[in-house]
Amino acid sequence: MTAGVAIRQRSYLQGPGRLLLAPAILLLLAASIAPLLVTIKFSLSDYRLLFPDSSGFVGLSNYARLVASPDFVPALVNTLMLIAVVLAASIAGGLGLALLLDGPVIGRGGLRLLVISPFFVMPPVSALLWKNLLMQPVSGFFAWLAALFGLPAYDWFSHAPLLSIALIVAWQWLPFAALILLTSLQSFDRELREAAQLDGASAAAILRHLLLPHLARPIAIVVMIETIFLIGVFAEILVTTGGGTASTDLAFLVYSQAMLQYDIGAASAAGLVAVVFANILAIFLIRAVGRSLEA
Amino acid sequence: MRTRRRHRAIATMFAWAASLTIAFPLLWTLLTSFKTELEAVSFPPRFLSFDWTLANYRGILAEGDYLHSLVNSVIVAGGSSALVLALAIPAAWSMAFAPTHRTRGILLWMLSTKMLPPVGVFIPIFLFYRDWGLLDSRTGLVLLLAAANLPIAVWMLFSNFREVPGEILEASRMDGASLWQELVSVLAPLALPGIASTFFLVFTLAWNESFWTLNLVTTEATPLTAFIAAFSSPQGLFWARLSAASILSIVPVLLIGWLCQRQLVRGLTFGAVK
Amino acid sequence: MSGIVLEGVTKRFGDHLVTDAIDLVIPDGAFTVFVGPSGCGKTTLLRLIAGLEDIDSGRLLIDGVDAAQTSPAARGLAMVFQSYALYPHMTVRANLGFALKVARRPRAEIAERTEQVAEMLNLTPFLDRRPGALSGGQRQRVAIGRALVREPKAFLFDEPLSNLDAELRAQMRIEIRRLQQQLGITAIYVTHDQAEAMTMADRIVVFRDGRVEQAGSPGEIYRNPASRFVAGFIGSPRMNFLGGAIAAKHGAVTIGVRPEHLAIDPAGTISAAVQAIEYLGSDSFVHLGAQSGETLIARGVPDLDFRSGDTVQLRIAPGAVHRFDADDRAMPAPAPAPGANIFEETV
Ligand SMILES: Nc1ncnc2c1ncn2[C@@H]1O[C@H](COP(=O)(O)OP(=O)(O)OP(=O)(O)O)[C@@H](O)[C@H]1O
Ligand SMILES: [Mg+2]
Repeated sequence: MTAGVAIRQRSYLQGPGRLLLAPAILLLLAASIAPLLVTIKFSLSDYRLLFPDSSGFVGLSNYARLVASPDFVPALVNTLMLIAVVLAASIAGGLGLALLLDGPVIGRGGLRLLVISPFFVMPPVSALLWKNLLMQPVSGFFAWLAALFGLPAYDWFSHAPLLSIALIVAWQWLPFAALILLTSLQSFDRELREAAQLDGASAAAILRHLLLPHLARPIAIVVMIETIFLIGVFAEILVTTGGGTASTDLAFLVYSQAMLQYDIGAASAAGLVAVVFANILAIFLIRAVGRSLEA
Repeated sequence: MRTRRRHRAIATMFAWAASLTIAFPLLWTLLTSFKTELEAVSFPPRFLSFDWTLANYRGILAEGDYLHSLVNSVIVAGGSSALVLALAIPAAWSMAFAPTHRTRGILLWMLSTKMLPPVGVFIPIFLFYRDWGLLDSRTGLVLLLAAANLPIAVWMLFSNFREVPGEILEASRMDGASLWQELVSVLAPLALPGIASTFFLVFTLAWNESFWTLNLVTTEATPLTAFIAAFSSPQGLFWARLSAASILSIVPVLLIGWLCQRQLVRGLTFGAVK
Repeated sequence: MSGIVLEGVTKRFGDHLVTDAIDLVIPDGAFTVFVGPSGCGKTTLLRLIAGLEDIDSGRLLIDGVDAAQTSPAARGLAMVFQSYALYPHMTVRANLGFALKVARRPRAEIAERTEQVAEMLNLTPFLDRRPGALSGGQRQRVAIGRALVREPKAFLFDEPLSNLDAELRAQMRIEIRRLQQQLGITAIYVTHDQAEAMTMADRIVVFRDGRVEQAGSPGEIYRNPASRFVAGFIGSPRMNFLGGAIAAKHGAVTIGVRPEHLAIDPAGTISAAVQAIEYLGSDSFVHLGAQSGETLIARGVPDLDFRSGDTVQLRIAPGAVHRFDADDRAMPAPAPAPGANIFEETV
């Protein structure tokens, strides 16, 4: 990243440099680091909104209570499942779409507009549309499709709430994956591919030996960035299932502990678990992005 | 020649089929928004043969809730994006043109705050906002969304500013321009395309932000995310209305997204994919 | 004391010493040219004077005042960048007037000065164009105009002509010199083209590896180069160098003779083979290979009745030998020994 920046400190720029950087740093300190420290403190205190007096240092007991609670392990598993399903679906679908759009198609501009659209839909809108217009078991569009094939209608949110949510979220992120991969495919050397075709390589062999290696880096970046956002999936759960063990992830757990059960201590502990979780993934992102920018 | 043309036709057909499938939920919503409630839930569904009506749109616009939320969304997304630029342009200038040995570290630190899930800071911020009367206020949302989007904006602008020839800024310093004049009269016009796409990206992210906007507001400051979330029950039964409300809520950023898709996605990947 | 004075000015980039304790006086009102090979630190020195870089140690005095704490703008100097660095989003008029505008001068004055400078530089027809719609030469003139408008204490030019074609460059040299003389403003002009230095300068400063190799008027430097480096750098075609026995006879490690002091003359005592002949109309240069292995160039041969491959005799003009010691420093001119003709030698 700093490869292009010759570090030249000049006295007449140092003052202004610091001055202009300070507001941004201060806002970020105030909105992220300071509250994070308070969260840590809360997570070690017995703090319940309904009993304002009961705040005192209680060591790790909030964490113990959190881990022992019947909601915690499912929330952790749900978070992981959600991330895994969305990543798999959006990348597989995105790759397919990118390959299709990279082909000799007519009207690529229009196709791009269609494909990118879901990415710009706000989460509560996409969740509600899918839940009601598409997945509703009586007169939803999917029920009609099922009937068309003589299948019984499937009650998505009763039988597979997490999968349903994952599907919706995957639909929102698929365009992102598709566009990144398409951009990367279009930067792939045409001549190299044509040379391989002349050598008699099959389409599958070209995909396997030329395109996939070329796409490794963009795929890694898609994984990292989607993960960051997927750890915080919240609105989709709120407006569809409204929680429940089967579909609560860590973000929603914090919300329900704090806003529904007023247990600040436990909620803070859950929040910090999410932070640690995110940071393990973040380390990889910083590495990948940092390296790519140095190259 | 003929096989090539056939190949092209098949590829085009598949690509359009797949793309239409992806966009189908939105197209279907658009159709539904022009139906009556009865037609919206009719089974089997009607595709084009129904009585097209604007009643849903008229109803929503007449009610006032939508307009109230639209105004809030515009203020919150616009205000936070403006605040982001006001902070990020100077910060990115500092990093690009007055770098020190700490610049790289600060930039990565800023980016790393993006890895902090909102729930990690939610409780202190909620309690603080409660105590300071910032709950359900547009100011509160503007500040938070600005902080949430600041790192991405700084990064985007930093990469952008580095493409501006430093000599032009130096020339303005020799000409006696103050720092403010250098930023406003020289750098900003030169980097205008980058600044504009940064603005659109953070505007889009703020418009669609659905954690803080659902948890920190109740009535006064509700933006469109909260307006739509209120349809989750029992209003969600009114599909045609829900559809029209959805279309009205997503159209502004959808247009922005269509116009600057490339820059927006590049911004989100921090320029790591060209 | 007025003018610009450098005392022990040192600048490092990391552990690379770019300027090494430079002591220099830039005379007031004169046209000083910094010349030297690429990478020797000319641009850096100019930027140090402009205030765009910090001096690590040493002092810089502008009109007798230590400028270390003065911002670039407050130094009252104007710089013309190699890349021109015009404001691409402003018209020529706005480019020229920018310095006055930020100085909050009255609008009428800005308009008047701008027109006046545009007039001086033949830019009037282009005042409402953007730099993108100008030719290289026109951009160059805008860059100069932008410096002129401010009526600075001194102009700093960093290779301003290097992006122009040869004809335009020659024309602009004259124009820049004319403007500078007309206005009587101090100018520092950086170039690595020695011909530009010779034609424009009142005073030349030759740099090498971040140090001043020699400073003086063009004539002085041409006639009495302080080192073999300067002797080779200034003058085109470059000076001929001969070592070995012939140099030893002059009591030197190397001797240098300029091409115009090397005559092809049957009476000469140096034999050399003609390798190539360049006819330039008013001039001609003969490239020769001496028997001792050096390549030599002789200039202005009156009768060219020989061809490549011929062997000819060379004569060094009397008093035209430059002598250099083992460290390549120039040695003082020798007192001719009575009766000995040291200028007629055999190689
Ligand atoms: N920002 C910098 N960081 C590190 N080294 C630098 C920097 N700027 C210049 N240098 C080095 O300092 C030395 C002098 O550079 P400078 O640009 O002053 O040379 P110059 O004499 O102007 O050359 P030219 O005739 O090619 O323009 C060079 O070796 C260059 O690589
Ligand atoms: Mg230079």
